[in-house]
Amino acid sequence: MNKWWAIIALAVALVPVAGLAAGGGVKLENAKIDLKNHEAIQRGGKYFVNYCMGCHSAQYVRYKQFTQVGLTEDDVRDNLMFRAGKVGDLMTISMPPEDGSRWFGAPPPDLTLAARVRYDGVDWIYTYLKSFYTDPSRPMGVNNTVFPNVGMPHVLWELQGIQDPVYRYDVHDEDGDVAESFDSEAKAEAYLKQHEGGRIERVVDHLKLVTPGRLKPAEYDQVARDLATYLAYISEPIKLERQRMGFWVILFLIFFSYVAYQMKKEWWKAIH
Amino acid sequence: MSFMSWIDARYPATKVWNEHLAKYYAPKNFNFWYFFGSLAMFILVLQIVTGLWLATFYKPSAEEAFASVEFIMRDVEYGWLLRYLHSTGSSAFFILVYLHMFRGLMYGSFREPRELLWIIGVVIYVVMMATAFMGYLLPWGQMSYWGAQVIVNLFAAVPFGLGEPLSLWIRGDYVVSDATLNRFFALHFLLPFVLVGLVFVHIVALHKVGSNNPDGIEIKNDKDENGIPKDGIPFHPYYSVKDTFGIGVFLIFFLGVVFFWPDVGGLFLEPPNFEPANPLKTPEHIAPVWYFTPFYAMLRAVPNIMNSQFPGVVVMFAGILIFFLLPWLDRSPVKSIRYKGNLFKWALGIFVVSFIVLSWLGLQANTPMNTLMSQIFTTLYFAFFLLMPIYSKLDKTKPVPERVTK
Amino acid sequence: MSEEGVDLKRRNFLTASTAVIGAVGAGFAAVPFVNSWNPSERAKALGAPEEADIGLLAPGGLLRLKWRGKVCWVVNRTEQSLADMQTLTDKLADPNSDVTSQQPDYCKNDTRSIKPQYSVLVGICTHLGCSPTYRPEIAPADLGPDWRGGFFCPCHGSKFDLAGRVYKGVPAPTNLVVPPHQYLSDDVILIGEDGGEA
Repeated sequence: MNKWWAIIALAVALVPVAGLAAGGGVKLENAKIDLKNHEAIQRGGKYFVNYCMGCHSAQYVRYKQFTQVGLTEDDVRDNLMFRAGKVGDLMTISMPPEDGSRWFGAPPPDLTLAARVRYDGVDWIYTYLKSFYTDPSRPMGVNNTVFPNVGMPHVLWELQGIQDPVYRYDVHDEDGDVAESFDSEAKAEAYLKQHEGGRIERVVDHLKLVTPGRLKPAEYDQVARDLATYLAYISEPIKLERQRMGFWVILFLIFFSYVAYQMKKEWWKAIH
Repeated sequence: MSFMSWIDARYPATKVWNEHLAKYYAPKNFNFWYFFGSLAMFILVLQIVTGLWLATFYKPSAEEAFASVEFIMRDVEYGWLLRYLHSTGSSAFFILVYLHMFRGLMYGSFREPRELLWIIGVVIYVVMMATAFMGYLLPWGQMSYWGAQVIVNLFAAVPFGLGEPLSLWIRGDYVVSDATLNRFFALHFLLPFVLVGLVFVHIVALHKVGSNNPDGIEIKNDKDENGIPKDGIPFHPYYSVKDTFGIGVFLIFFLGVVFFWPDVGGLFLEPPNFEPANPLKTPEHIAPVWYFTPFYAMLRAVPNIMNSQFPGVVVMFAGILIFFLLPWLDRSPVKSIRYKGNLFKWALGIFVVSFIVLSWLGLQANTPMNTLMSQIFTTLYFAFFLLMPIYSKLDKTKPVPERVTK
Repeated sequence: MSEEGVDLKRRNFLTASTAVIGAVGAGFAAVPFVNSWNPSERAKALGAPEEADIGLLAPGGLLRLKWRGKVCWVVNRTEQSLADMQTLTDKLADPNSDVTSQQPDYCKNDTRSIKPQYSVLVGICTHLGCSPTYRPEIAPADLGPDWRGGFFCPCHGSKFDLAGRVYKGVPAPTNLVVPPHQYLSDDVILIGEDGGEA
């Protein structure tokens, strides 16, 4: 019975916080990234310095980090650094945060840890990059299903094209639960007239590409995936090495414990 | 004259060695549950060493703290490992201490003559919590900041006009700020050494009264002609070799987490803490780190009374301090769960379930359902202690054998 | 406790093995602690090779740079200075730069430089670490009539010529250090890295 107590106690102590996962109510797409894919990290890094670093820094990361994923210092200097400096420099930007606040409502956050700051952060980034849609009511003319009322413009629109929202009309009953969904407001109102109480809520059901961009949808997905891969990488550059090292550490400890157990057993033969 | 006799004439090295290791007779029937005390000591040392090393890189200022942690994680050679050892170590320390305390509950290790030993242990637990709380502010992320803000504000609930000045004094500012961080760092550095002192006292007390065991029998009552307990064996080498093996197995689990899963799905390292502290923006959902959540759930279980949160704060602290009373609540004629009846087994089971459910509830958002559950389980938690004098007396116990069993 | 049934040899062997494996483990465990005190990536970035444009450095002029937190000098020596330097041999402690630790091999020559015109030196006195003063003038009152331009350390009076070679009879034991360096183009010098020429 004691053993069971132990197992239960340890298991419960380690239960992850399933209840805290996700956010915004939007289902996130699996980014399916591969941190071993150095080309993807390089491409993502290229998109990052070209499209993101106008406003977002990665201020705890050094350009030199690229040399860990297969680039030479000269590659970094020639292709990824748009200002004079050393490859050991941090990936900071010159836009003052006050300007960011004025232009976008809030200063664009540093993205070093973007992949770690949320549960499922990598999937979040991937889905976010794919979820911009036209919304004339917003200052930048776009909104985002993953990040409602986002202040950021869709900087990749030339690549992806323009998406329009396709709305759905949910009729909620008095308890707030969704009773029925319709594809037009008129149908929802008609339904509501027959059923007393409740309210209609307009939600974005899905997005429709109305103006194609320079890339095909699958190609754009790859861009989003590359960016997600890069951000996942810089959020913890040591991750793969940590796991590699861990393998040997655990192997060593199993060996140590085995010998220590044999020793213990031999000593305890004297105890009856 | 040998080297050791030269030393022994000036310092009681051999005497201490014998009294506390080679001729300290521990019951021979220690089981799995008796690993956790020595493991907790091991992790305390590890925390002090990794903490000292982190302190050689960390900057305790609001301006630089977050960046200095990222500096450790990226720019310092093996800095990531030191940091993960320390962050995982704090959670591991609590897991070990909770298991160690549970062992005490099961086998009645708090009962006469070990009341003081138990009380020192609870003091260690309280100081540990203070240390962990202050340490959690240091990364200066959103959870660090707002967690500290919420907890320090609890002190503001103290009545008679004392609360507000008290919380202001703790923070040294009107909100958690650079001043708070600076003093929390200093205290977080100091308290572990206080813990070392308390652990020393804990062991002195243990060796005065002798170790309890899964049968709850006093082995000192049955000695052989040489005055050695018949069921006792020298701690060294028998338990030192056993604990060596224990440390090996523990490290497999511990370093497994450190190297493969250091954030434990957001439980050991919470995602919002990867965003720098922002006094102008509260995260959507604040929860303390998991080892505080049972008590946080108790706090939220108690409604404001007369516009004051004070009752909730009292209940929360009572949930911790009630452990001090335990030696005088148990009226059972036997110590160990092995010879106690079903009443105690059920009570302990319900207590453990309550503790775990409360831990879970403390992590969840506040909903009416969760509040109701918190109230139920807080009640059960306290019932374990407060009803103990009754049910431990009513309980049908089994006869205790003369000698320890296998 | 009775020793019957105990294989003492096996027990001793296992105890020793555990101790040895444990000691090896402790050795591994020490690595992160020891290595973490090495210069960090930040320190390395700040100490990275320093590039400088010396095209505008006038003859007789001195340019101060910082490399790894230390001051470095680039001196544009005149023809006259170069000629004067050759007359000093008897007054110097190590005129031929025989102490190899003080300059890369490619600077072990008459002028202690890659290009005769430019002297590149770490501006820290080899005595106790003060930074000597640049004294290009010929025969100033305080340094005597034999002075042909060079560096004078105000702390303890050590004297060096324009190639950083130390005079005899002063506290400093060795010549000033020539840092590793290379020319990226005619006018651009990189201090701290020589492309492996050494």
